[in-house]
Amino acid sequence: MRLIIKDLCHRYDDLVVLDGIDLTVQEGEVLAVIGPSGCGKSTLLGIAGGIVAPTSGTIAVAGEVPDGCLNPITFIFQDFALLPWRSVEDNLSLVLEHHPLSAAERRERIESGLRRMGLWDFRKALPKQLSGGMRQRVGIARALAVRPAMLLLDEPLSALDAQTRELLMEDFLSLWQRERTTAVYVTHNLDEALRLADRVVVLSRRPGRLREIVTIEEPRDQRLEPSAQAHLAEVRDRLWHLIRAEAQLADREIADA
Amino acid sequence: MPDTSLPMTERSAAPPQPVRFRGGGFTVKGHRWAALLAFVVLIAVWESTNRFGLVSELFLPPPSAVASALAAMAQDGSLWQHLKASLMRIGVGWVMGTVAGMAVGFAMGIGSVARAVGVPLVSAFFPIPKIALLPLFILWFGIGEPSKFATIGFGVFFPTVIATYSAIDSVPRNLIRMAQSFGLPWASILRKIVLPGALPGILAGFRITASIALILVVAAEMIGAEYGIGAFVLTAGNLMLTDQLLAGVLVLSLLGLSIGTVLSILERRLLKWR
Ligand SMILES: Nc1ncnc2c1ncn2[C@@H]1O[C@H](COP(=O)(O)OP(=O)(O)OP(=O)(O)O)[C@@H](O)[C@H]1O
Ligand SMILES: [Mg+2]
Repeated sequence: MRLIIKDLCHRYDDLVVLDGIDLTVQEGEVLAVIGPSGCGKSTLLGIAGGIVAPTSGTIAVAGEVPDGCLNPITFIFQDFALLPWRSVEDNLSLVLEHHPLSAAERRERIESGLRRMGLWDFRKALPKQLSGGMRQRVGIARALAVRPAMLLLDEPLSALDAQTRELLMEDFLSLWQRERTTAVYVTHNLDEALRLADRVVVLSRRPGRLREIVTIEEPRDQRLEPSAQAHLAEVRDRLWHLIRAEAQLADREIADA
Repeated sequence: MPDTSLPMTERSAAPPQPVRFRGGGFTVKGHRWAALLAFVVLIAVWESTNRFGLVSELFLPPPSAVASALAAMAQDGSLWQHLKASLMRIGVGWVMGTVAGMAVGFAMGIGSVARAVGVPLVSAFFPIPKIALLPLFILWFGIGEPSKFATIGFGVFFPTVIATYSAIDSVPRNLIRMAQSFGLPWASILRKIVLPGALPGILAGFRITASIALILVVAAEMIGAEYGIGAFVLTAGNLMLTDQLLAGVLVLSLLGLSIGTVLSILERRLLKWR
């Protein structure tokens, strides 16, 4: 599915957060969004997913949705957003219960989601009994259970430690290897963007404007190869160069406020 | 360089000093029998002050006299009669106040108009000592049960409203956004997210309102009732039967204790996930 954002502006009261964003997320691509703190990345994602109403501008989708898709645009959250009073399997069930599915189909979706993320043995556990990484896997399994056409990920790994982050990145890679689900991936972390994205959108500091879109040519599954390192280092330098000054200024701004 | 290296070697020549432990205290350790022992000592001291004639039995009857007064009440059936009357009043008044309070609290928790109207009203009525309204309720409903139900219900209502709507406020917004992003309908969000998320706060409110109900039932029974623990305590006081009076107080504190225990069990059952 494609997502087309046209001339998007957003204000919270007097605070202009996003200004003149024009952006198309292509079918099957993973688009990373980076930018300094508070530049409106989460707001952009919320608008794209229809849970924040933009001040002005339009958002549209086009293209096919997969078979059995119940929720074309699906979020994966930084803080996982699991119901603490529901077990792992019931957290998946939550997003299916309001759809007219047979009990068998619901069970099948829950089971395949949990098995994909290696959670089957933990299906009766409560979120508090799981590690951060496992909780985010529940978040991913929940998203997979609705067979989404597009994933919106808001810093999905930034609540996790470095090793867990690495493991979860592998999970995302295999997900995009198999499903090629279109995704918008907001992150602070250049390494995540370099490992996972096809293109990287760089936003300026608040009000967030589109500074540049950097394409990463290397195929996703070859980015750990030695031959890819030179190109990736180049892209990394470029991105860092773009955000460094912005981040520094944004940092001052927040300290002043 | 040489004069900085010299003290270094001097220092390293000194024998290693053990690091002194300084992390003691400021932790709470459990002492299993301390509470029980304190009770036993307290009762023993109390009993002996009477035995040695330090305190008149009229002003402070010994625990043994209180116990036998309680036993006598249990035997002639008056204990049950009074307890039944009080429990019925607490039950009816508390349920009325709680049901109404939760309904209003929910409306204020999710509706901005209800909140705008409700908050000033609740803040205005909340501080009224509800027992002061009993005479008015007696005028309205007569001296019988309804005026007591109304006093208790009214006293329970406002704290329930406040507990309910602040509990709803404390439901994490991100969970509601999550549910919306998966397309859950409004009623499902209310039932599956808001209600369970607010439950801890609502149950904490029950604890407060249960103790309010207990205070109000005693006060109301002292103003106008034939039966009820409050009436019994007042009568015993008027007749200077202090052993019976204290037996009534003991029943009240046991009642409060058992209500607290029931609520704890309920919390443990319903809030296992915390
Ligand atoms: N609901 C809101 N009401 C008012 N201001 C808001 C609201 N949500 C966000 N903001 C402000 O808008 C700006 C952009 O917020 P947003 O969360 O979109 O930024 P972000 O790029 O995701 O930041 P971060 O990198 O910290 O996640 C911030 O300054 C924030 O304080
Ligand atoms: Mg954000």
